[in-house]
Amino acid sequence: MISQIFILSSKGDHLIYKDFRGEVGKDAVTVFYEKVTALTGDQPPVVMSHKELHFVHIRQGGLYWVVTTTADSSPFTLVEFLNRLTTLIKDYCGSLSEKSVRMNFALIYELLDEVVDNGYIQTTSTDILKNFIQTEAVTSKPFSLFDLSNVGLFGAETQQSKVAPSAAAARPIMSSRGDQGGKSEIFVDVVERMSVVIGSNGVLMKVDVEGQIRVKCYMPSCLEMRIGLNEEFSIGKSQLRGYGAAVRVDECSFHQAVKLDEFDQHRILKVCPSQGEHVVMQYLLSDELPSAPPFRLFPTIERDNGGRLLMYLKLRCDLPPKRADREPCVSVCSRSPSLSQELSSPDQKAELRAETRAVHWDIPRFPGGAQLSALFKLEVPGLSSASMMEVGPVGLSFELPKYTCTGLQIRFLRLTPVQAGSSQRWVRYVTHSDSYTIRI
Amino acid sequence: MPYLGGEETVKELRRALSNPHVQGDPLRHRSTVLRVIRVMSQGVDVAGLFSEMVKACATTDVVQKKLVYVFLCSYASLNPELSLLVINTLRKDCQDPNPMVRSLALRNMTNLRLPSLVEYVQQPLTAGLRDRAACVRRVAVLGWAKLHSLQPHADIDAAVVNELYSMLRDNDPVVMVNCLRALEEILKEEGGVAVNKAIAHHLLNRLKECDVWGQCEVLGVLQRYRPHSEEELFDILSLLDPYLLSPSVPVMAATLGLFLSLCCRGLPAVSLAALRRAQAPLLAACGSASPEMKFTALCHVQLLLRSLPGLMGEHYKRFFCGYAEPAYIKQRKMQVLVELVNDDNVGFVLDELKGYCTDVSPDTAQAAISAIGRIGRSYSDQCLEILTGLLGLKQEHITSVVVQTMRDLVWVCPQCSESVCEALEGCEDTLQDSQGRQALLWLLGVHGDRVSSAPYVLEAFVEQVRSEMAAGVKTELLTATMRVFLCRPAETQDTLGRLLHYCIEEEADMNVRDQALLYYRLLHCGIEETRSVLQGRRSDPSLGVLIGRPAEPVSQWARSFNTLEPLRQCNAGAESAPQAAPYHLALDPEPSLDLCDPLNPSQDRQETAAAESVNLLLPGPSAGPLAPGPTAGPPAPGSGGGQLGLSLSPALSPQQFEHLWLGGPQCPHGEPGAREEEEEEECVCVQERMGVSPALQCSPPPQLQAALQRSHIQTMAFTPPHTLPWRVYLYTHTRWGGPAPRGPTLVLGELLYTGGAEDQEGEGEGGERGLRVTAKQRPRDDEAMKGFLQVLSGALHTSSTGSC
Repeated sequence: MISQIFILSSKGDHLIYKDFRGEVGKDAVTVFYEKVTALTGDQPPVVMSHKELHFVHIRQGGLYWVVTTTADSSPFTLVEFLNRLTTLIKDYCGSLSEKSVRMNFALIYELLDEVVDNGYIQTTSTDILKNFIQTEAVTSKPFSLFDLSNVGLFGAETQQSKVAPSAAAARPIMSSRGDQGGKSEIFVDVVERMSVVIGSNGVLMKVDVEGQIRVKCYMPSCLEMRIGLNEEFSIGKSQLRGYGAAVRVDECSFHQAVKLDEFDQHRILKVCPSQGEHVVMQYLLSDELPSAPPFRLFPTIERDNGGRLLMYLKLRCDLPPKRADREPCVSVCSRSPSLSQELSSPDQKAELRAETRAVHWDIPRFPGGAQLSALFKLEVPGLSSASMMEVGPVGLSFELPKYTCTGLQIRFLRLTPVQAGSSQRWVRYVTHSDSYTIRI
Repeated sequence: MPYLGGEETVKELRRALSNPHVQGDPLRHRSTVLRVIRVMSQGVDVAGLFSEMVKACATTDVVQKKLVYVFLCSYASLNPELSLLVINTLRKDCQDPNPMVRSLALRNMTNLRLPSLVEYVQQPLTAGLRDRAACVRRVAVLGWAKLHSLQPHADIDAAVVNELYSMLRDNDPVVMVNCLRALEEILKEEGGVAVNKAIAHHLLNRLKECDVWGQCEVLGVLQRYRPHSEEELFDILSLLDPYLLSPSVPVMAATLGLFLSLCCRGLPAVSLAALRRAQAPLLAACGSASPEMKFTALCHVQLLLRSLPGLMGEHYKRFFCGYAEPAYIKQRKMQVLVELVNDDNVGFVLDELKGYCTDVSPDTAQAAISAIGRIGRSYSDQCLEILTGLLGLKQEHITSVVVQTMRDLVWVCPQCSESVCEALEGCEDTLQDSQGRQALLWLLGVHGDRVSSAPYVLEAFVEQVRSEMAAGVKTELLTATMRVFLCRPAETQDTLGRLLHYCIEEEADMNVRDQALLYYRLLHCGIEETRSVLQGRRSDPSLGVLIGRPAEPVSQWARSFNTLEPLRQCNAGAESAPQAAPYHLALDPEPSLDLCDPLNPSQDRQETAAAESVNLLLPGPSAGPLAPGPTAGPPAPGSGGGQLGLSLSPALSPQQFEHLWLGGPQCPHGEPGAREEEEEEECVCVQERMGVSPALQCSPPPQLQAALQRSHIQTMAFTPPHTLPWRVYLYTHTRWGGPAPRGPTLVLGELLYTGGAEDQEGEGEGGERGLRVTAKQRPRDDEAMKGFLQVLSGALHTSSTGSC
């Protein structure tokens, strides 16, 4: 049961406040903000209590999304609901930020009114909600040259129009009846998150790949969509299919709306996508990777005679040559107050950030098969052999477009009934580093 | 700016709302209403616009209607009379052909929360229950619950309740779930919906039609149902089994909660099986992209582990911390990791935890170190190695936590004390915070006999006691010094004296002062009593070797499963409550112990005066034994007359020394331990061997000199180090404290080390390597001489081990 829902900016401004049951006063917002800002580092923030009142909150898009409840409710339900609410608002407003929430407050009030009644969650499905929601989203579109580049000379199709612009999926689902004139698109994204620990000897100590197939649908009506996965896709250790390199995952679960009658035979998922974004399938691969990890690091750490710590990092990208990484960032923990650096190319940059006590090395572009190196000289006061222990671990954050670690591919995407020519289908792959740690 | 110009804005908005041009233009009207809501949600009080907004309600524009309702619902309670004006519009809307408008009107009518409007609302609500459109029925059902909460003491309308019960069979699943919710609220006094067999089976059959939220609600209500037979129970369980593996975490949790409540009494084996089955989805939730969901799942994993310790042992890698995870997740994960440790994975887990110890966030580092300490209770060797290594980093916060962890570890695992004592040497310089220093002091006090530098570390602490801020450190220092005094009296006596003096005379904190007085009086009672009070347990007596926790029955925590409770508990509570509290346990005097005197102020003053007057501080009753130590047997009772102290003044010149030394009695050479008494009672010469390591003679003279001076023994002359025979001449004055009948004496001494040569000659001791001490005293006082020899041997012992 939900007493109130409110959304606060990170500075504590009230963006949205809705009271469903009239049990608690509006000062709960202030109480919450005081509590959440007074937390120390080791106190878990998710659930906080003030007298009889419990606050459950999540942070998304730099905002606090808070639910208050007086009864003892299920934390799983509340947290999941808040997460769902954020995706819903993202679907309707296009993006999730303080600005978009401020601009679309009327829409958000309308949504909240339909989603929750008397503190009970009614529905979060866009199929039902689309009948009720009347307000249109307000978006701010910064003028961008990229929009122009999609149109070729004399309106001819350019190569680029075959690739969806990266911002294409960040628009509100409702605007289809507005200016964009029924541009019905469907995006199927395969998103994988890697969490990897590589030991100092280069041995993989831990690998987890969590993957999702997300469908973001802008079509007002779509009866059925068939998503074909690799035929050799197999689940679990024992079951292997096909002859080639198997695409294997350990665990796999599907959205409850997915029909699986053709999955066993042909690896086809059947869904009736509703508007907005949905996770159709989730899977997990742990302990092994079908290919080498995408990045290898060869660190050397020495002391020079001037009492400085020399850190020589050689980073190799083991992806196939055509793939490129978008803006990876390497960070190395150290307590040193000053830094001098030698990087292998001028467009990279490195800096020492005091708040994280780490050296951040930003690389704008890192093609597959390439090797980069950097030499950092760190001034460490009172350098001793123990200071060497304090350096590390190295963390990498990166985003690999058009690449999946597990090798999962989408063979085809078919919509029935066949839509008129205006419908566009996009398949996108991306791999994120959830946590890519290399011990020194 | 909205906060500053609030009143201006309200005025301007009122003008705009009442402007007929604006009212005539739907778009302008809507945007003005929109501005009102925007200003309202920014926190400006716009209650003054109420009547204008009521007028704006009468419109065909649904968006504007919705906006106005948002406004009205916020301010209706402030304007009950004006709200009556809205009711007409709302009731008219309830007849609208568009079901969306009907449901909107009905919902907002009940959301106004005005008791005065109840009579107008009942009729549309009753009609709403039979509406064709499901969305209106959904709203109407919950509307009754809202009405009930407006008048909680009014009689319950039996007809409505019956209607709601029958609507459980409604085609729309949301209506069904809303009926459940409404009935739960209306019948709260009677314990909620009566779940009989028919209703339960109906709900179970319709479960798959509901969406995720509805399923959670239904599963929650079903917890109250008790199946009539075991057969029925198993039917229900097998029906629910697929939901246990639901990809939606809330449904999985609600199902597991239902399983636990259904079979936690009678069938513990089934509930354990359910826990095992739910392990996979729960693990998946622990890896969720949302940190909050991760945290919720982790807290529930901790619950599960209480009944099935080591359940997820093979999945320990899933609980390794990510690089950029928030600190609270990292700490939870470490707590779970500690529970999962087994023989196979302990190496990997420790290796991983070791990596977190140098984390930039001190909280995370601290959590990692204490996690290692917890694992150390089962795998002490590996953990101590890591902890000792961390001390080498010489980082303030790390050292502090490591020492605290070691203290907790030693308390639970006494077998580790050896290695802990070794590791402690030299870490006192890095410790800054009071928690860490308290831990160090506790360890020094309890294991003072094994840490060779203990008295000197304590002395350093005592010297800085004036600048010490934390009272906790002072009390711990008092206890530690007392304890070390009990096992190494000679080296600590003076330190203790100064500390007691300071605490009794100058300390402002009452606790510290009282404790000092307590110890002071305790020493009066005699050394054995002191010992029995202070030398309590060195380890937790309630624990044997601790490997893993015993499994709790599921029923212990089943009630708190899937509630906020597991998330609310702060992480401190669970961890340190029962075991990690060795502080002062042994310290509190037992009530049966007869402290010599009740406290009374006059005696108080007397005693402090006594303490002040002499620099040896333990004036005791005449029966008190003399400076006891591990080497000396307890002296015969009644022989001593107080406590011995040494002092350097008056100083002797080398000439005087030489004169006295040569003029005194001569010891018979080669008969150590023998004692030749001169005719005159005034003078005595004693010769003894001390088993001090020969390394002593390698130590540089200033160091030895300092060590001896600390014990108030003045060195007179040295032979250079590394020469044989090696000699040291020294002297001191002994003084008796308290009302002792004897006066001061002067002791002169010679240390002689001849190397191995003499030993091979085969003397009485059979080749014992050691130092020969010759001491001359005048006037003669056997007890004082014994005391001196003890102090000397203690000082030599420490300085020799210290210099190695």
